[in-house]
Amino acid sequence: MSQKQTENVVKESSMLKQKAMIAENFDNLTSAPETGRKVAATFVPGNLNELIMCFDMLNNLPEINAINNGMRKKSGMMVMQAEKMGHSEDVCTYVKADIGSMSKGSIAPNGKPMPPPNLLLLSYTGCFTFMKWFELLRHEYGCETAMLHVPYQGDGVITDNMRDYVVKQLKENVIPAMERVSGVKFDIDRLRENLRRSAKAEDDFVWVMESAKNIPSPIDAYFGGVYYIGPIFTAFRGTEQAVNYYRTLRAEIEDRLAAGQGPITPEGDMKEEKYRLVVEGPPNWTSFREFWKMFYDEGAVVVASTYTKVGGVYDLGFRHDPDRPLETLAEYCLGCYTNRNLSQRADLLEKYVNEYQADGLLINSIKSCNSFSAGQLLLMREIENRTGRPGAFIETDLVDPRYFSAANVKNRLESYFQMIEQKRATAAAA
Amino acid sequence: MNDNSTAQPSTAEIIERCQALYEDLEFTAAREWKDAEAGRKVVGYMPVYVPCEIIHAAGMLPLGILGGGDQLEVIHGDAYYQSYICRIPRSTIELGIAGRLDFVDGMLFPSICDVIRNLSGMWQIMFPDTYTRYFDVPQNYQDDVGGEYYVHELRELRDGLATLGGCEISDDALRESIAVYNENRGLVRQVYEFRSEHPEQAPTSEVYLLMRAGMVLPVEEHNQMLRDYLDAARREERPLRDNCRIIINGSFCEQPPLNLIKSIEMAGCHIVDDDYMLVNRWLLEDVSVDGDPLQNLATAFLHQSADTAAKYCASDEEVGKQLLESVKHFDAEGVIFAAASFCDPALLERPMLVDKLTEQDVPYIAFKYAENSGQMQPIREQAGTFADSIKLWS
Repeated sequence: MSQKQTENVVKESSMLKQKAMIAENFDNLTSAPETGRKVAATFVPGNLNELIMCFDMLNNLPEINAINNGMRKKSGMMVMQAEKMGHSEDVCTYVKADIGSMSKGSIAPNGKPMPPPNLLLLSYTGCFTFMKWFELLRHEYGCETAMLHVPYQGDGVITDNMRDYVVKQLKENVIPAMERVSGVKFDIDRLRENLRRSAKAEDDFVWVMESAKNIPSPIDAYFGGVYYIGPIFTAFRGTEQAVNYYRTLRAEIEDRLAAGQGPITPEGDMKEEKYRLVVEGPPNWTSFREFWKMFYDEGAVVVASTYTKVGGVYDLGFRHDPDRPLETLAEYCLGCYTNRNLSQRADLLEKYVNEYQADGLLINSIKSCNSFSAGQLLLMREIENRTGRPGAFIETDLVDPRYFSAANVKNRLESYFQMIEQKRATAAAA
Repeated sequence: MNDNSTAQPSTAEIIERCQALYEDLEFTAAREWKDAEAGRKVVGYMPVYVPCEIIHAAGMLPLGILGGGDQLEVIHGDAYYQSYICRIPRSTIELGIAGRLDFVDGMLFPSICDVIRNLSGMWQIMFPDTYTRYFDVPQNYQDDVGGEYYVHELRELRDGLATLGGCEISDDALRESIAVYNENRGLVRQVYEFRSEHPEQAPTSEVYLLMRAGMVLPVEEHNQMLRDYLDAARREERPLRDNCRIIINGSFCEQPPLNLIKSIEMAGCHIVDDDYMLVNRWLLEDVSVDGDPLQNLATAFLHQSADTAAKYCASDEEVGKQLLESVKHFDAEGVIFAAASFCDPALLERPMLVDKLTEQDVPYIAFKYAENSGQMQPIREQAGTFADSIKLWS
């Protein structure tokens, strides 16, 4: 196992590999005007990376750009800039960070301007805001938009009607738009190949996430999950690079397991695992490291999280199926976490708390994200009732630093850990 | 003693009845309708649109649930929502927990935003004995794509309601219901046209209550009420006012307090168009009563429906088109964007609409409210200044 200290952060080889892959992707994006490659802007949940690759297009994810700007402490000014331009203080800060970034020239992490997208591929999966976000981007860029409406699983099932509707949109709207913009003819066999590689990576990805069932857990499935386990899966799914990445990561985690090690944190290996938590909701990005530190300083490990499932709930068995290429894309989109109804979400959280032997459920409620947040207080009570384990509720935001109050969050977490201790003591005494 | 049994009601009498219906958070009229005959069912629905024709064809009463307004003290509901989520779901939960909706057999939650969408799941968990359905609608407006999907969804709704009612919902029954609702839509359009032509004769504080009554009354009764109001409003003389003509936009879900509407009018504005009660104005023209009724409802939805922020606009040219057409049609001098706090659809769309208005030199102002907003002075001042600026400088 190789570890390296970079900029006061301890990194494993998978992290370094990821960094190089993401840097290359940004270089590809910013050099698109010179290379002539076309750029499709799209969202993480329900993303169609395998399809985008069929047209030699590059995948630009506005949420990831907002996250990047959040982690580099640049999003605050961008959000305020968008508010000055007339965007309400009440709406999603991913949107405002994106709009604000455009007004500052859309500078990528490599310091070069991000080219305007050639296609806005609106996969409307599990989040109403996406729809208006892309209308706003289209209003600014004036480029072609392909809309993929993914119906919500209101009754907790995917019906034939839903799947057929999505497939039909792919055939009649999305693929023709991609052909038009890219000048590349759709080849379904190429799609099958991409899907085959996705399925391979998915097996290793699930293995890594489920390694957290071990005690101690070798990973943190929330902070580590979004920091180095999950991101590659979104932008690179369907590539050989992703297959290799997850093979490397799996080997690393196997080593950690064999050595009985806990998760890697920015300050090195976590020593003692004292609390095992399931976390619901996205993280805060503007104070990501400070937020994570509040957990690992206390010996708290997140063993399962739902935010890492917005790009697909693979641990329930879904794999991209190359034999049903368009149907499988439809089922993937329909099955993303935020496209599931509250009962399904409660079932998944209950399963996580039980199967990962968690001490309880922590909800990080995000002001920006009603898709996640509306109903979370009911979810917390539901999981407490079903599992008998305590829940806790904290509130932050995605990329607006004004809504991250470190003292409040820390205070609540400390109280929660005390509550868990008390519960254990009571159980031991009984 | 005068015999008033055949006398036509005055606007004051009609509006008095509407006001009583509006203030009645026990939904007495709907309860009485249900109790009048054994086996009757009531199906509630939230904004912004459901095809009431299907509920009606099942012999059930469609009941519009628009939150708790400013008279409901929300105690339980606040425990289910964070401070940054709008008020309508919390007051709706309050209505449910307090037993005010205990006579409602089914609840439909239309596709409007993530909050109402998730409320459907909460309702399923909290009220498992109620038939609860998230009513999804297509955001693709092609007949063979979104249209086909929507017809299936309508069929599922019809089947679900048939099971709830233990009845069959025939095509003939649907056609009859479509005809009754066509009449309602026609009368609503007449009221809106009349208000635009004679805004002092049909102030929006009245028209609003008239439309709200349609949320709780059987459609046939509402049709008669609309006819009576039109007759009475035409008969009665009211003083002219030198107000400016404005359109309200963004109030399609959580409703403003009635006092907010009155405040805007008192500040010197005639409201000549609005999006308060879109369910009865969603389909812009009559729906065909020939052929397959579900197909006809789907075709009307795809090609003749109101523009609102809950819908996807297929091109930038389409964004705000209906609003600008409305400005022209109703001869409006300005637009007031009045959206509920934390209303994602309205607030996300607003910057685009603002740009469209600016391009056409249409003046506008914007503010937010909650259904229980109490302080109207700032609204009155803002609307008054807006009205003055239009009168003096436009």
